[in-house]
Amino acid sequence: MSSSIQANMKAGLPSPKVRKKREWSIGKIISNFLLILSTLFFIFPFYWIITGAFKKQTVATAIPPEWFPLHPTLQNLSDLFKNPVWRWTFNSFLISFVEMIAVCLVASLAGYVLAKKVFPGRKLIFGMFVAAMALPKQVILVPLFTMLADFGWVNTYHGLILPAIGWPFGVFLMKQFSQTIPSEVMEASRIDGCSEIRMFSTIILPLLTPALGALAIFTFIGSWNDYFSQLIMTRSTSMMTLPLGIATLQGEFTTNYGVMMAGAALASVPMIAIFLLFQKAFTQGITMGAVKG
Amino acid sequence: METRVRKVNQHVLRDWLMSYLFLLPAFGFFLIFVAYPMLKGIYISFFNYSLRKFEFTGLDNYISLFHNETFLKSLWNTSLLVIITVPVVIVFSIFVAMNIYKKKEFARSFFRGVFYLPAVSSVVSITVVWGWIYHPNYGILNYITGLFGADPISWLGNTKTALLSIIAVLITTSVGQPIILYVASLGNIPTSYIEAAQIDRASSWQIFRKIIWPMLMPTNLYIIVITTINTFQCFALIQLLTSGGPFYSTTTVMYGVYEQAFKLGNFGMASAMGIVLAVVIGIISTIQFKYLGSDVEY
Repeated sequence: MSSSIQANMKAGLPSPKVRKKREWSIGKIISNFLLILSTLFFIFPFYWIITGAFKKQTVATAIPPEWFPLHPTLQNLSDLFKNPVWRWTFNSFLISFVEMIAVCLVASLAGYVLAKKVFPGRKLIFGMFVAAMALPKQVILVPLFTMLADFGWVNTYHGLILPAIGWPFGVFLMKQFSQTIPSEVMEASRIDGCSEIRMFSTIILPLLTPALGALAIFTFIGSWNDYFSQLIMTRSTSMMTLPLGIATLQGEFTTNYGVMMAGAALASVPMIAIFLLFQKAFTQGITMGAVKG
Repeated sequence: METRVRKVNQHVLRDWLMSYLFLLPAFGFFLIFVAYPMLKGIYISFFNYSLRKFEFTGLDNYISLFHNETFLKSLWNTSLLVIITVPVVIVFSIFVAMNIYKKKEFARSFFRGVFYLPAVSSVVSITVVWGWIYHPNYGILNYITGLFGADPISWLGNTKTALLSIIAVLITTSVGQPIILYVASLGNIPTSYIEAAQIDRASSWQIFRKIIWPMLMPTNLYIIVITTINTFQCFALIQLLTSGGPFYSTTTVMYGVYEQAFKLGNFGMASAMGIVLAVVIGIISTIQFKYLGSDVEY
């Protein structure tokens, strides 16, 4: 190979490496072009939501479409807020927040013990958690619903919050992360005569912060977007969550796209904001959950 | 000596007890809200169970399911959904990840964020805007295809295009997580491997096929399994965009479960459908693990 480079150099031809580079850059232009095209394709619906929210109905349904609202209006937002939007927003935040706190607490306790303690039944319990995770979550929704209906929990906050705490993804994530805590940390504190609960809250919990952050964001967004559960567990307008409430408006505002876009923006903006603010923790969490267990 | 042994035992016992206490909340919630409903689902699938009735009918629900044309149609649609969506998601995600993983931190975050947007947004927002884009009279898609001389199409109202239109939206909501995972595992491939291959004048395709692809295998397996499971469970897009229509051309098993249980009140039948779905997903996941996971240590 080296002789061919020398031969090329003698003949004044570009060395293979240089030629390679030029080939690569043509491919690079094409793939970057495709990348930008797909980026536009992914951003466009969001652009259309935001601009649509400020369009009058006559403008929104006009063909050819107005690419940018030339006469922006706030009418859509005020029409939207004639519905109990504040109540729906409150419900969504309350349910997601309580669920987030509960999942983080329950999962970090269990994950830590499963990773760091030896006791009878540990493998069996962890195996049950993992097996349940591999099954489709929504398959249990019908029997779960009949059970909650027997409890009289349909159309209540606890009916929406409590079942989601049982889902073992958080335990799995916290177990994966707890394994990375060096055991010496625990031994040292045990020699110091620390009680188990104090050790957990003062030493282990702070070490789990990165994973807890990721789990908190996951749970919050997951709960906010858990459309199916909200759909089957809610009956009255005042118990609806924001996405569900917006979905029911579709009947009323069929082709009043301005109002619907204002609602669509409202239902997603909080999640997009959280995602953008915590993107790093989020990305870490996704990769953490996927590492081999 | 004896007292020491007893002391150690006591210590171990206390440690066990502590561990069980720590596990109790998670395991309790799990038993009540996940494990018990799973068993109950199997149980009620053998019953004719509606608001008024609860009578044992054995395998009747299962037998009538496989004679039910709507259910068979929904199985077929679900399979189509998976067969088309999963490969497209994999190829597209690898394409994007390959193009962005070497970029600077800011650009990488930007692209990762853009492709994650649909996954993080409420499915309601997504369906509301796509319902508009696809609208036969007021939608921008028909305007754009019209510029190229195409006739307007009722994208969601036509049996030929409805399922594909839903798949397109489903793909946009499915690629976010795979891209993040691929970017992470591409970043873990030692650059020296690729440089060595370049010096040996390997083509880009050879480098991808012989070095990058094998090293992506564990990630591939994980992504294929989770994307398959998620696609099988596709529900909200269908309920909000087409309600399974027109003429059942977009109905899926998951949508059927919803319809049977919450529109028609046949909880027994709905549970049987859910169990068929779970069995199908279980079989496919096992095959994927066996076939793709043979040289992956999990």
